[in-house]
Amino acid sequence: MKKAAAYLLLTVGAAVMIYPLLWLAGASLKSNDEIFSSPWFMPESVDLSVYARAWQTVTGHTMGHYFLNTFAVIIPKTLFAVVSSVLTAYGFSRFDFPFKRLFFALLIGTMFMPAIVTIMPMYLMWSRLGALDTYIPLTVPALFAAEGSFVFMLTRFFSGVPKEFDEAARIDGCNSVQLLVYILVPCVRPVIVSISVFTFLWTMNDFLTPLIMISSVEKYPLSLILRLSADSTGNGYEQCKILAMSVIGLIPSIAVFGLAQKKFISGITAGGLSG
Amino acid sequence: MKKKYRNPVGVSKYTGLLLITPFLAGFLLFTLYPFVSSFVLGLTEYDGIRQPEFTGFGNFRKMLGDSSFLNAAAVTLKYTAVLVPLKLIFSLLAALTLNMEIKGIGVYRTIFYIPSILGSNLAVVIMWQFLFTSDGLVNQLLELCGLAPVGWYGDSVHAMGIIVLLRLWEFGSTMIIFLNALRDIPCEYYEAAKVDGCGKIRSFFSITLPLLKNVIFLNLILQIIAAMQEFNAPYMITGGGPLKGTYTLGMLIYDEMFKYREMGYANALSWVMFTLIAAVVAAAFGITKRHREDI
Repeated sequence: MKKAAAYLLLTVGAAVMIYPLLWLAGASLKSNDEIFSSPWFMPESVDLSVYARAWQTVTGHTMGHYFLNTFAVIIPKTLFAVVSSVLTAYGFSRFDFPFKRLFFALLIGTMFMPAIVTIMPMYLMWSRLGALDTYIPLTVPALFAAEGSFVFMLTRFFSGVPKEFDEAARIDGCNSVQLLVYILVPCVRPVIVSISVFTFLWTMNDFLTPLIMISSVEKYPLSLILRLSADSTGNGYEQCKILAMSVIGLIPSIAVFGLAQKKFISGITAGGLSG
Repeated sequence: MKKKYRNPVGVSKYTGLLLITPFLAGFLLFTLYPFVSSFVLGLTEYDGIRQPEFTGFGNFRKMLGDSSFLNAAAVTLKYTAVLVPLKLIFSLLAALTLNMEIKGIGVYRTIFYIPSILGSNLAVVIMWQFLFTSDGLVNQLLELCGLAPVGWYGDSVHAMGIIVLLRLWEFGSTMIIFLNALRDIPCEYYEAAKVDGCGKIRSFFSITLPLLKNVIFLNLILQIIAAMQEFNAPYMITGGGPLKGTYTLGMLIYDEMFKYREMGYANALSWVMFTLIAAVVAAAFGITKRHREDI
């Protein structure tokens, strides 16, 4: 009886959470009249041609072009974030050095630094370096372990790997680099997956940074092209087209989350060693 | 006496420093430098083209008489004060419900978590804008329940409601943090309490809540910082309107910087915003001090 109540509560909650997304998918196939008259998400008839029209966008470039732009940011950024965070976390968790506690406190401090305070001076800095309207401002900061939370997560996992592993490896003649590459990195694979997935999702979601740094339309990432399309649609315009673009824009995030979900969840939930 | 560094044999005390060099360089370049230069530029008048002109605390004095700053500050504080407690309560309740060991619970956890990972994606923000139009889904559902439709974009209270609801819908990441903390509580505690004749509600207030103190505080701080920086949702959904009722500090800084090219003023504003966030966080720190163990 109690179980049934729990399931009922959870199912109603889950329906409320997921319905807007179902509605979005359905409404992308509806006519304007139907969008604004029927709350049920299923369209009366399914005509996928709107997706072909949405793919063309309003700029002369296809959505494919903007996907490539986005990936041109995401791929180096993910690589940079993983390498720099792993190195920094390795330093903090396996070595003793001057001012270690102070530096770790600074790292935690950056996690609480509001991005909007630093983004204006960064804009001026990149502008002076002539790097505006390139992907440098979007990718290069990741090279410097810019996400304190990633390093923090990794240090927690590194400290879960027994120090005996290190000693055994060193006796077998591993140096500090080999120890990291052959012993520690394989132990924290789930965290590395989590970092990559988070970087992917956050970059897909990031709107303010490209809005400020990127000015030419052909270099826009997905988020900016969605804004441009939403802004240039007035009343009477085919609403389903912008909704279809939104669906297309969400597919990579949903796909990556779906693929990595198991590893990803274990990476963010497990406190100890796994994988 | 010289300090001893405990490192494996043959490893110098500089190896660790070398490994964290990327972080240290990044801290100087992307945190400390912008932070300081923002303050320095805040003391000038600067249009991005001509040399900055030093004006002392002129920008800060200007703010006191700038009605759009005072309004934006009030809107931001109000938004934070409404959203953050609601979101924390909501995520804690959801986490408590999802902490059961029943079949299929993983699927529910995933569903509750999904909105938070897609949440700030612009596609979702556009969707949200559609949901609240005068004959959009939300009003259709209200009518279906026999309620009067609401003019969501008509007044500032409802317009802010749209944004608060969007951010509430994304409670998943906060919930996951609570859920992890709940799973760390040994179930022996609850069993012992049960033996002592302790009811469900009593054990929530006497066991769960005290053990969650630090996590609640962490979520509180993270949510305050995020809410006070709100930019995407009002920018896309309401455009700050109606009558600047959802015009946040984030939007004001953006407009001063890029619309009016008042870069000195924009930097002064972002410094004030930092101070404001720090003050709110410090207040939260002070208020919860009595109830919090040292982290």
